[in-house]
Amino acid sequence: MELLEFARGPALMWSLIIFCFGVAWRLVGILLLRRKPDLSEARSRATLWGGIRTVFSRIWVRKEFQSRTAYGAALGYVFHIGLAIVVLLFVPHILFIKDLTGLSWGGLPNGVIYATGVITLIALIIIMIRRLTHPVLKLLSNFDDYFSWVVTTAPLLTGLLATAHLGARYETLLGLHILSVELFLVWFPFGKLMHAILFAVSRGTTGALLERKGAAT
Amino acid sequence: MSPADVNKEHPLETKAPRLSIKKPQARYDKQGEMPDSERVEIAMKNFVRDFGAHVATYMESCIHCGMCAEACHYYVQTGDPKYTPIWKLEPFKQAYKREMGPFAIFYRMLGLKRKVTVEELEEWQELIYDSCTVCGRCTLICPMGIDIAALVAQARHGMFQAGLVPHELWAVAERAHREGSPLGATPKVFKERIEWLADDHEIEIPVDKEQADVIISMSSIEIMKYPESIVATAKVLNALKQNWTIRLDGYEATNFGLLSGNSQWQKETSMKIIDAAVKCGARLLILPECGHAYGALRWQGANMFGKPLPFKVVHISEFLAENLNSGLLKVKKVSKSVTFHDPCQISRRGGATQAGRDVLKALGADLREMSPTGNLNWCCGGGGGVITIHRADNLRYKVFEIKMKQVNDANAEMLVTTCSNCRQTFDDGQAHFKWDKTANSLLEMVADNLVEG
Repeated sequence: MELLEFARGPALMWSLIIFCFGVAWRLVGILLLRRKPDLSEARSRATLWGGIRTVFSRIWVRKEFQSRTAYGAALGYVFHIGLAIVVLLFVPHILFIKDLTGLSWGGLPNGVIYATGVITLIALIIIMIRRLTHPVLKLLSNFDDYFSWVVTTAPLLTGLLATAHLGARYETLLGLHILSVELFLVWFPFGKLMHAILFAVSRGTTGALLERKGAAT
Repeated sequence: MSPADVNKEHPLETKAPRLSIKKPQARYDKQGEMPDSERVEIAMKNFVRDFGAHVATYMESCIHCGMCAEACHYYVQTGDPKYTPIWKLEPFKQAYKREMGPFAIFYRMLGLKRKVTVEELEEWQELIYDSCTVCGRCTLICPMGIDIAALVAQARHGMFQAGLVPHELWAVAERAHREGSPLGATPKVFKERIEWLADDHEIEIPVDKEQADVIISMSSIEIMKYPESIVATAKVLNALKQNWTIRLDGYEATNFGLLSGNSQWQKETSMKIIDAAVKCGARLLILPECGHAYGALRWQGANMFGKPLPFKVVHISEFLAENLNSGLLKVKKVSKSVTFHDPCQISRRGGATQAGRDVLKALGADLREMSPTGNLNWCCGGGGGVITIHRADNLRYKVFEIKMKQVNDANAEMLVTTCSNCRQTFDDGQAHFKWDKTANSLLEMVADNLVEG
């Protein structure tokens, strides 16, 4: 079996199965734990609204904190937005998703995607240098942080190489690109990549609990 | 350790300017005798005992972005990465993933997370107690919305049961449990104080009424160090012609069970007040100028009681604000500029940020806010029981420098707050730095400016 064939066939299927099962397992493992009722008299009953509001409000850093967090936050925005553009608005990706799900939407010109990809890659490299050198990040970091970076950066790098036809046959590069995405999917439920889903649960929980007290969310 | 041993080994300094004990030496403190492995096991068991979906969500969500460090006064002032708030939970995160998380079985089978050691917990004692006031600023910066302050409080449950609490905090909590008050404000002492204050100020302070609409509680810091608060409360309630009382069977709002991490002692302390309020048929419990008492009774009281409380619970600043806003309470205008220190547990964590400001508005004060202020105001550095821990003094003074700068920059004639623990932290900082600012009580400011009738 050719690498590309393998990547598009069984590897894709299994990675999606592990992804779906792993995500469900982790979510169920958290959400099914008991929730003690809070018997104190609520100051605000709008807990649902508090939760939803916090899911969105934490996209931005509060102005009081901005002077100390601007650099790290800016890097975060660049690579998250960059990845979203490259993944969701590159025409071949849209066609791939259409094959898989039947859903489709308009894309951006290839040139814009390439430029975005390069900027995102640079941001990711700076982020890793920062993680390796910043005293706080160095202390906090573990295998998950480094491996999650590898499985996030690899698809971007192989994708850029494939589009530029650099380093190997196009089919081989494309096969590696798809395999790297599958590695991302397989790792997703087990490490910090899961924050792409958990951010809503965690922010929503705190938003609802603090809203109940009428406290700052 | 018997109570007699405790008193001998950790004598309390009741005449000191702040709550403390005389011999705060050992670097890593331990209470009780037990093998190290048992300590670790008990710590983790009690950490996860109250575990629910909320805490598990937080444990699963950290992305190690390090932003919480930038909100923490300890990190900001020292630049030491170990003070990063989420790092303070590291052994507990590790234990959660190994023992409880959805993939715990893999972590154990593959040896991906090793067991936490007692040495680690000893090292973390400083991070969980000395260098966290549970002020909750980190909770507001976390991009994942993790309530880190709540996790630290949870970790303290484990540390207490494992006998890994800083001695001073432990001894004070133990004394509170044994005598009913951490500072020796026993019913007898309190009663004598009330009689003395009532005589001295020629004011009526009702005690032990069988039936009352309003019951008040006090913090031992107020009873022993700022007794004027009792008089001020009486003046306000008498001016409002309230049917109110102090009950000697339930008045102590200071809750060292909560601060040290002993939930049983926390419950005992809270239940005394709750039972007293129920007995006299109160419809309102007024909490004193004390930050953590607000968390303990306003937000956790009903959960200790096991059902909704049959009375309302308000902080004294909320009570003042309500009665000033409605016009029932009248005050003279003060022509002074004032800056307001937000007690973390009342403002940021408690939701009563506006109350103090409403009171200052009614007083006609020229409010000069600190920067940042309100929900993002900096902690004084003495909350969470930290003020009792001597070995943390130098660190506490370091973080107090932020507060001094904030106050100085506000350039107001007067500094007021609504927490006696903050006040004693300010007093201590003032003495240490020979600073010219004193933190005043908002309640006393109102009482001093009451318009009778």
